[in-house]
Amino acid sequence: MGVTILFFTGLAVIAVWWLSTQRLTSKPWLEQGPAGEPTGTGVSSVPIAKVGLGVLLAAIGSLFALFISAYFMRMQLADWRPVPKPTLLWINTGVLMLSSAALQWAQAMADRDKVRSVRIALLGAGATALLFIAGQVVAWRQLGDAGYFLTSNPASSFFFLITALHGLHVLGGLAALGRNIIRAWQGRDLPKLRLGLDLCSLYWDFLLLMWLVLFGLLLLS
Amino acid sequence: MVDTAIGREPIAPAEAGEVELYHPHSWITKYVFSQDAKIIAIQYSLTAMAIGLVALVLSWLTRWQLAFPGTLSFIDPSQYLQYITMHGMIMVVYLLTALFLGGFGNYLIPLMVGARDMAFPYLNMLSYWTYLLAVLVLVASFFVPGGPTGAGWTLYPPQSILPGTPGYEWGIILMLASLIIFIIGFTMGGLNYVVTVLQGRARGMTLMRMPLTIWGIFTATVLALLAFPALFVGAVMMLFDRVLGTSFFMPSLVSMGEQLQYGGGSPILFQHLFWFFGHPEVYIVALPAFGIVSDLISTHARRNIFGYRMMVWAIVAIGVLSFVVWAHHMYVSGMNPWFGFFFATTTLIIAIPTAIKVYNWVLTLWHGDIHLTIPMLFALAFIVTFVNGGLTGLFLGNVVVDVPLSDTMFVVAHFHMVMGVAPIFVIFGALYHWYPKVTGRMLNEWLGQLHFWVTFIGAYAIFFPMHYLGLLGMPRRYHEIGQTSFVPESAQNLNVFITIAALTVGAVQLVFLFNLFWSLRYGRASGGNPWRATTLEWQTPETPPPHGNWGKELPVVYRWAYDYNVPGAKEDFLPQNQPPDWGTG
Amino acid sequence: MDLCATGSAAFPGSTDRRFDAYLQLQAEVDGMPIVLALVLIAVGSVLFHFLSPWWWTPIASNWGYIDTTLIITFWITGTVFVAVVLFTAYCVYRFRHGTAERPHYEPENKKLEWTLTIATAVGVVAMLAPGLFVWRQFVTVPDEATDVEIVGQQWGWSFRLPGGDGRLGTSDIRHITAENPLGLNPNDARAKDDVVIASDDLHLMIGKPVKVLLRSTDVLHNFYVPEFRGKMDMVPGSVTYFWLTPTRTGTFDILCAELCGVGHPQMRGAVVVEDKASYEAWLGKQQTFAEATQRLKTTKTDSTPDGSSARN
Repeated sequence: MGVTILFFTGLAVIAVWWLSTQRLTSKPWLEQGPAGEPTGTGVSSVPIAKVGLGVLLAAIGSLFALFISAYFMRMQLADWRPVPKPTLLWINTGVLMLSSAALQWAQAMADRDKVRSVRIALLGAGATALLFIAGQVVAWRQLGDAGYFLTSNPASSFFFLITALHGLHVLGGLAALGRNIIRAWQGRDLPKLRLGLDLCSLYWDFLLLMWLVLFGLLLLS
Repeated sequence: MVDTAIGREPIAPAEAGEVELYHPHSWITKYVFSQDAKIIAIQYSLTAMAIGLVALVLSWLTRWQLAFPGTLSFIDPSQYLQYITMHGMIMVVYLLTALFLGGFGNYLIPLMVGARDMAFPYLNMLSYWTYLLAVLVLVASFFVPGGPTGAGWTLYPPQSILPGTPGYEWGIILMLASLIIFIIGFTMGGLNYVVTVLQGRARGMTLMRMPLTIWGIFTATVLALLAFPALFVGAVMMLFDRVLGTSFFMPSLVSMGEQLQYGGGSPILFQHLFWFFGHPEVYIVALPAFGIVSDLISTHARRNIFGYRMMVWAIVAIGVLSFVVWAHHMYVSGMNPWFGFFFATTTLIIAIPTAIKVYNWVLTLWHGDIHLTIPMLFALAFIVTFVNGGLTGLFLGNVVVDVPLSDTMFVVAHFHMVMGVAPIFVIFGALYHWYPKVTGRMLNEWLGQLHFWVTFIGAYAIFFPMHYLGLLGMPRRYHEIGQTSFVPESAQNLNVFITIAALTVGAVQLVFLFNLFWSLRYGRASGGNPWRATTLEWQTPETPPPHGNWGKELPVVYRWAYDYNVPGAKEDFLPQNQPPDWGTG
Repeated sequence: MDLCATGSAAFPGSTDRRFDAYLQLQAEVDGMPIVLALVLIAVGSVLFHFLSPWWWTPIASNWGYIDTTLIITFWITGTVFVAVVLFTAYCVYRFRHGTAERPHYEPENKKLEWTLTIATAVGVVAMLAPGLFVWRQFVTVPDEATDVEIVGQQWGWSFRLPGGDGRLGTSDIRHITAENPLGLNPNDARAKDDVVIASDDLHLMIGKPVKVLLRSTDVLHNFYVPEFRGKMDMVPGSVTYFWLTPTRTGTFDILCAELCGVGHPQMRGAVVVEDKASYEAWLGKQQTFAEATQRLKTTKTDSTPDGSSARN
């Protein structure tokens, strides 16, 4: 469970840092009146949806950390046989990076109010993300052709399970991206679109990071 | 999930005015597909209580079998295992977790922090319907061939997915599926609870002004969001092992004389994942109870909670520590025995912040003005049972003392006392306490007294003597002990006594349910703040509060939640939204 | 300030008549029953502990230290329980509504809180230190301990003793057959002289430390003899262990303490602790693995393996 504990330690550091800004040692019974500045609650100015996404990412991060922990624990047992890594996975990694970059570009274009470019960037991000999923499926088939199936040995079981789980999260993200594409086409409600872009981009970067960690894990073992 | 997060208004609910959102247009959107956290809370609570009633009946059947083995012909060893498994899982996950977080969390968080609603109401609604689906899938397992799983609520592989264990055909699959659905649904709700506390607080509501109820529910939700994934991972991997034939947890083995295809997996890996969820789960149930009982004691003893800061720090400390004690459930699991030193130490350290909380509850009573209302009575009962259960936890946490006691009735008695009886007492106290806010009427006092006395004395009479069955060496999960050299005949008398107490306590819960519905119509009108409490939920302009909670203007918070009997004040309480120049000399 | 308006608007009924109703109601609730109930629970629990006939079975192994640690824990936790419950009862008695002066407004008391914290820490150390000390002994197997293998199968027990070479041979699930229910490796020379006890009690010599090696061929089991105090899960795919020295002669029940399916409560066996002479006489009558397989081959007996004969 080392990986999980490490991940949780990271979260704990964030939590402690945040709590340390919340005057946890103050004596509330001595303080009356509207505390401090206007809002006076320690509520951050970060958009509420972004905070929500942050919390969600912590939970998803916990999920992947636990899978990785399980992976390491299972790996130590005698029957572990490494799976070959299709070269295609490198290409998929690149495609997912492109997808993230496209969203970055969309954000930059949105800052300059270039709606047309935002549309193109969003479509690009969506297309590359779909391409990534397709690439993963092809990689599965390549492994299958090479005789590595889900039940062949624990390493391949983990490979299929973890990539599937990651892929599902990408698909979930695509649903959100779809909404933003519609929003970009309708051209209304640009502040909402801007926020949506930020959220998508954050989520994409997170999934890219997760994929890099998982891919690194597969390469190392 | 993300999808909805993006679509939502980027304004904090605390700052939102009377927006369209708070006006449902039809009966369906008001009471069925409602996005009002208070309605969702009631939906969660009623569903949890309904499924809890099933678990209660199952416990009657198991108790009957233990006292009078063989007298009910339909209870065979398989049935018995199915009863205890479903009883355990329903009570821990589908009742306690859902009721504390989905029920009390939804009702109290927006009201107590001064928000109009949860941060993501649509997601909140989805959370309930997903939870309902999980419950239905679970219930469905009673009707499939082979029945529900009888693997024990811990679902340890390999036996949970092999012939020889009831429900290995379909029951286990539905159980795992239901858990996975529950976790997805919970995550949607959990995001709301956390974000609403983070971003939805009214002006002036600093963290250190929050009632301990909110601290407890908030910390518990954070634990749940991080710990439930462990169960998710375990459930998904076991589902793969069962359905697709992978070997994550399955070693090579001979089942019923037949060599199976499995090989190389580790059953202990599952136990690590299960308890990495399972131990925080104890605190997911306990922390809201800690928080709520603090507020009950303070309000009904008319005194500020003693040592508020220590109480907050203790909640946070317990939350953090709860992630590094999981393997104390596995001292005799065959894991590396050297882990025992670490986990015994962390487990006993967690006793210290927990003890501080107990002292502070009792010290709040000290020099108070104790009104022995039903909520206060239940709070006192909580203190007794929680202290009892917490102290027996020191037996089981201290690795070497655990060895003779683990897997015996001592463990059953311990965890029922500490995470069954004690939190349930808080739930009862809380229902008597907040029922007037939810309905505008008081629960019937006389029925409440009856309910309290039978439940309190009865529950103690069930679980205190049960520890001694464990000391005798009686193992758990036996439908009958049969002949042994070490259990005297007289132990059966104790079993009969426990069963009679259990059936009595069970029966009186029906009185409570009756009270819940009877008082809805015939209860005494309560007014907006019958307990003269300080916290915001009692200060709403209307009772029950309508969608949006606060009418035209949001409350502003001027003080902490515990200004009872402030020297010089006219009244014996100062609501949190009372400006400072009022009432103080 | 408009804030004041919010405050009073959201503060309905502060001078409401309902207060009187509330106070009246509370006056009717007598505090004495709950005070008596709390005292009864504290005193009754202690009396039950000392007077009831239900207590652990006399020990038959060297793990008296475990009992001692348990007793220490009972004293410390029992004292705390009685103290907290009685103090609660006193508070309710002394400060129940209508008897007390105005409540004290005292948000915290650092000195008191720290005193209690430190006292608790001392109590925790007083339980933990002996616990860890004994645990160290529990996990440190003495060199002179002899191996005994105990195998759990749904739903019965088998045993294996090392033969003349003093070492157990290897085993594997793949070798399990009707003639070889424990899956001993037929090609391992060390396994040939192992003594396999498939349908008899396990015998142990008094005063001789044994390392109990635990194995399962199907699901989790737990080797549990209440008189020995020690117990440990048996995990398919790995070998777990603990050690003990039998200190009292007699026949003791073996139970399974880890849920292993519908036959779990019926999974019984017995262990006989006896003196050296009786033990050796018993051992002399047992067959080695090689002898047993040989006999099976020659006589072609239609014997069922123990695992399935215990099945119902």
